[in-house]
Amino acid sequence: MRTTLTVFLKEVKENLRDKRTVLSALLYGPLIGPIIFVMIINTVLTRELNKADQPIKVPVIGAQYAPNLIEALKQQGFVPEPPVANPEAAVREQDADVVLRIPADFGQSWRKGETAQVELIYDSSQRETGGSVERMKGMLEAFARRQGAMRLVARGLSPTMMAPVSIDERDQSTPQSRAGQMFAILPYFFVLTIFMGGMYLSIDLTAGERERQSLEPLFANPVARWKVLLGKLGAICMFSLTSLLICVVGFGVCGRFIPAEKLGMVLNLGPSFALQVLLMMFPLILLLASLQTLVAAFAKSYREAQTYLGILMLVPALPSILLSILPVREADWMYAVPLLGQQVGITQLLRGGEPTSAQIAMCVISGLIVAMLATLVTARVYQSERLAISA
Amino acid sequence: MIEVKNLYKHFGTVKAVDGVSFKARDGEITGLLGPNGAGKTTTLRMLYTLMHPDQGQVLVDGIDVARDAQAVRRQLGVLPDARGLYKRLTANENIDYFGRLQGMDEALIRMRREQLIAALEMADIANRRTEGFSQGQRVKTAIARALVHDPRNVILDEPTNGLDVMATRGLRQFMRRLKEEGRCVLFSSHIMQEVAALCDRIVVIAHGRVVADDTPDALRTQTGEANLEDAFVKIIGSEEGLAA
Repeated sequence: MRTTLTVFLKEVKENLRDKRTVLSALLYGPLIGPIIFVMIINTVLTRELNKADQPIKVPVIGAQYAPNLIEALKQQGFVPEPPVANPEAAVREQDADVVLRIPADFGQSWRKGETAQVELIYDSSQRETGGSVERMKGMLEAFARRQGAMRLVARGLSPTMMAPVSIDERDQSTPQSRAGQMFAILPYFFVLTIFMGGMYLSIDLTAGERERQSLEPLFANPVARWKVLLGKLGAICMFSLTSLLICVVGFGVCGRFIPAEKLGMVLNLGPSFALQVLLMMFPLILLLASLQTLVAAFAKSYREAQTYLGILMLVPALPSILLSILPVREADWMYAVPLLGQQVGITQLLRGGEPTSAQIAMCVISGLIVAMLATLVTARVYQSERLAISA
Repeated sequence: MIEVKNLYKHFGTVKAVDGVSFKARDGEITGLLGPNGAGKTTTLRMLYTLMHPDQGQVLVDGIDVARDAQAVRRQLGVLPDARGLYKRLTANENIDYFGRLQGMDEALIRMRREQLIAALEMADIANRRTEGFSQGQRVKTAIARALVHDPRNVILDEPTNGLDVMATRGLRQFMRRLKEEGRCVLFSSHIMQEVAALCDRIVVIAHGRVVADDTPDALRTQTGEANLEDAFVKIIGSEEGLAA
């Protein structure tokens, strides 16, 4: 116990003196996530919201063929712009979100009571124009429905003839659940923070110490290697835990600057959320510290360890990516799989659902078991003769 | 006292240590002399339990390395080939760290540290971080760190490697002092002047085997050469890898 504590205190002290480690574990690592996240979300939301409120400007070709239509659209916030010469190119070049073209025979068909055609020219591969196109379509459809109803009335028929079935949508999503869908990437940020918080330390304490040739004198002391390992793991966990704490608090503060309510969403990143995240993430702190040390123990140099850990960093992203591509239904067994369990659990929290205490317990216990196995394997590798020998 | 009996260590087809036996007694300085690559470092690594011998036995103060490696390490002060200081810690902090790992209490650590700092004449650097230390300052710190627990047996792997004349002289004096204190001092070197100047007993290793084990005088008589350098060349059978 004393050995472990001695190693732990020395490693913490030594690494607190290293500017790069401190900055990356306690500043960039944990804060970059929340800040970037808020910036991106804010930019996207602000643009979308602005678009929805503002009048929609659309170049119109052949406006003179349908003055009534244009007048009716204007009342819905439509601002006709002068025609463009080549609408297809204009849309592709993003000079216009959408172009409305009214053919010369519009008036003729209208008067005959036939279906008169208008064309909407847009590029659906340009995602940010989708909002404008939807609004334009909505306006045209509203106009068409109203005119259709008036024609039926003029002929003495009920407008309900046109609508044998009416659809009444009852969306069961809550403001929170919509937010959960939108912020599904959040759990990965937490995992990444733990990873970054411990990374420099885990490289330094094994591969780095071997490269600087201090592992050999260290192991000449009358102490069991696994005790030394535990001290080192403790120091790594200390740093990644601090990193995670800063990150969770950072999200709590930054979350206030996300105008989620304007989208009809609720984003709750407050203390109760933070506590449950910390609880579920705790086994991952141990697990990642062991895995990082294990990988670093196999590397011959600091650089090699950095390369390996860069690859290992992608592994925790897998559950996030998988769940966003394959919308799998959440199931109890998922909580028993480390990383996946945290992903599912935190997503659930964001959606406003409460994971049951059984689910959280399963998540924590399974994580601890796997972390313990990883530590045992690492301890075995620490026993090997090759580990200490640097030259 | 360190006893080595019939030690073997192979790496693949390379026979790094191929049947080494010798004794290093208390109150004596024993020199392990041999050309580069003769197996000195590997032999020493097996003594301080970093490597396990394929075959053979090592006894330190009668304790078998294979039976109780930790007890053996408690009896040993080791300056390995790899000096590896912690560069973000001061010399004092480096020494204290090892004292704590030896299980010593703080007062004892402080006392021993002050003794060693005085003996090694390193008071001027004791409170500096070891980053940027000269080779000599590094060796001093590493030795102080290795001897903080007052071990009976001291193993030094090429201690004067890379040191200038003054530092080397200082270190030799320090080793004599260890001997006068009744410790068993075992060091390796490929520099025969040094071995000749310091040792009570010389063990010559070549190609993983002990080719001679005697006092300097006896070696001279045995080979019929008045000059130690010629005696060594005759023993090893070639001039390869030895420095004057």
